[in-house]
Amino acid sequence: MKLIKAIIRPEKLSDVLKALYQAEVRGLTVTRVQGHGGETEEVETYRGMSVKMELVEKIVIDIGVSEPFVDVTVKAVMNAARTGEVGDGKIFVLPVEAVHRIRTAERDSAAVTPVA
Amino acid sequence: MAYTTRLGRAGEGLTPLLSGAIRLALPGLLLLAAPGLASAQEAAAINGGDTAWMLISTALVLFMTAGLAFFYGGLVPSKNVLNTMMMSFIAFGFSGVLWAVIAYSIAFGGSSPYIGDASMALLNGVGLEASGTIPHILFMAYQGTFAIITAALISGAIIGRMKFGSYVAFISIWGLVVYAPVAHWVWNANGWLFGMAALDFAGGAVVHVNAGAAALAAAIVLGPRVDYHRRAMLPHNVPFVLLGAGILWFGWMGFNGGSALGATGLAALGVVNTLLAPAATLVVWSLLDVMFAKHMTAVGAATGIVVGLVAITPAAGFVSPMSAIAIGALATFPSYFILRWRAKSRLDDSLDVFAAHGVGGFTGALLTGVFATTALNPAGQDGLLYGNPRQVVIQLIAVGAVFIYSAIVTVVILKIVGAFGGLRPSADLEQKGMDVLSHGEEGYATGEGAILILDEELNGTAGKK
Repeated sequence: MKLIKAIIRPEKLSDVLKALYQAEVRGLTVTRVQGHGGETEEVETYRGMSVKMELVEKIVIDIGVSEPFVDVTVKAVMNAARTGEVGDGKIFVLPVEAVHRIRTAERDSAAVTPVA
Repeated sequence: MAYTTRLGRAGEGLTPLLSGAIRLALPGLLLLAAPGLASAQEAAAINGGDTAWMLISTALVLFMTAGLAFFYGGLVPSKNVLNTMMMSFIAFGFSGVLWAVIAYSIAFGGSSPYIGDASMALLNGVGLEASGTIPHILFMAYQGTFAIITAALISGAIIGRMKFGSYVAFISIWGLVVYAPVAHWVWNANGWLFGMAALDFAGGAVVHVNAGAAALAAAIVLGPRVDYHRRAMLPHNVPFVLLGAGILWFGWMGFNGGSALGATGLAALGVVNTLLAPAATLVVWSLLDVMFAKHMTAVGAATGIVVGLVAITPAAGFVSPMSAIAIGALATFPSYFILRWRAKSRLDDSLDVFAAHGVGGFTGALLTGVFATTALNPAGQDGLLYGNPRQVVIQLIAVGAVFIYSAIVTVVILKIVGAFGGLRPSADLEQKGMDVLSHGEEGYATGEGAILILDEELNGTAGKK
C-alpha cells in the first residue's frame, strides 16, 4: 500500500476529482493548505500599503491506495492538475505501514479496496 | 428665551428665522408660507412634517455608528474584530447616557461663548415643547446621535492596542470636555465660532475635525502597535468594509439632511449634496487608485466614499449640487496622499481617522468657505467664489481652533486615564489579539475543542482568577 499525497492548485480540484473518479479511485481526503511552490508572488494593495503574498492557497489530496492503483492515481492527478506554469504542485508517494478500516476492522489492502 | 438660543445651529440652525427667510426669499413658495409664518409667530408650534423627518433622521444617524463598526471591523485582523466593533457599539451606551445626563446641557445650555451650563442636566426642562418646529427632546436625541458617532470615530486610530476599560473612560470624559464644548462653540447661538459666522452645516468641525484631531493625538500618545511595520495588518473582511461604507452613506442622509432641522428645501439640498459629493470623490479616488495601486481597490472605494461624506458635511446646506461635486472631487487629493504617506510613516493611526476625517473635514470646511452661497441658504454666508474671501479665513480659524483644542485636551485626558488604569495591554497579549483578552469572546469561534465548564467548576476556579 501507498499513501499518495498530491499538492495541487485549488482551481484544479474539480478536474482532479473528475479524473480520479474516472480512474475509479475512491476514498480520499481533501485539505486546504497554504504553501509556496516557487511561483511569482501576487502583490496586493490596501490603502497605500503594498504586500507581497508569500503563501498561496493550495489543496492537499491524501489517497491511500493498493499497489495496482499507484500508477493509475499518479497519472490521473498529474494530467488533471497540470497547467505548465510554475506552482502546479507535487505528488508524493509514501510507504504505509498499516491501514485499518474503522467500520469493519479490515486491514491493509482490504481496507483500501473500494466497497463494491 | 432659553430655547431659542439652544437650537442655534450654524446657518440652518436658526430655524424660525431661516424658515421665515427662505420662504420669503422664494416667491413661488409664498402661498405655502402662510401657515409657516403663522407658526413662526407663535414660536411654540410643532410642525408634523418637520418632526417626522427629524424622527427619521435621528434613526438614520444612530445607524451610522453600527455602519462605522462594520467599516472599522472589516479593516482589522479577525483577532481584533470584536474589540474594534465594540469600541463603536459601547459609545451607544456610555456616550448616549452621558449625553442625556449632562453633555447636552454643556453643549446647548447657557449663554457663555465657550461652554454651556448645567441648566438642562438630567434633561431638566427638555420636554415635548417646541424647539424650532420640532419637540425639544427630539432635538436633544438627534444631537445625541452625533455625540455617539463622534466618540466612536476616534477608536479607529488606536484599535487593537488599548485596554477596553481605559478606552471607555476616555471616550466618556472626551464627550464631556471636548465634544460638548466644541458643539457649543459652533452650534449654540452664543458660541464664539457661531458668532464669527463660521459655517458648519452638519458637523465638519464639530464631528470630523474634532474626531480626527483626537485620533491623531491618541495614536501618538498610545504609540504604534507592537508589530507595526514588521507585520502587515490586512483587512480580514473587505465585504464588511463595503457594507459599513454603504450604511454610513445611507445614514449620512439623515446626518446632513436632518441638519436642516425640518422637512424643508434645505433638507433636500443637504440630501442631494450628500448623494453627489461622495459620488465625485469615489470617481476621483478610483482613478487615483488606478494610477498608484494599479487597481480600483474595494477598500479604496469605501474610503473614498467616507472622505467625500466628511468633506460635504460642513457644506451640505450652503452650496449648490454642482459645487458639491467640485468639493467631493477636490477633497479627494489631500486625504488620498496623506493616507499614502501615513502608511509609510511611524504614525500608527491604524484606520486613518486623521487622513479621512481630520483632513477631509479640514478640506471640506475650507471649501465651504469657497463655495457657500446665500442664494440657496440666506441664513448662511457667501464664500470666496461669491465675493467674500474672508469666509475662508473664518473657516480656517474655526477648524484650526477645534483641531488644536481637541488634540491638546485629548492628550491630557489620555495621560490622566493612563495614570489610573494604563492604556495598553502587555505586548504578548496585544499580539494574541484583543477579542479574547478584553471581551472573553472570539469573533469567529469554531466551537471545535470547546468543552462546557459546569457551574460548580466555574465557581471553584472563580476565586483563583
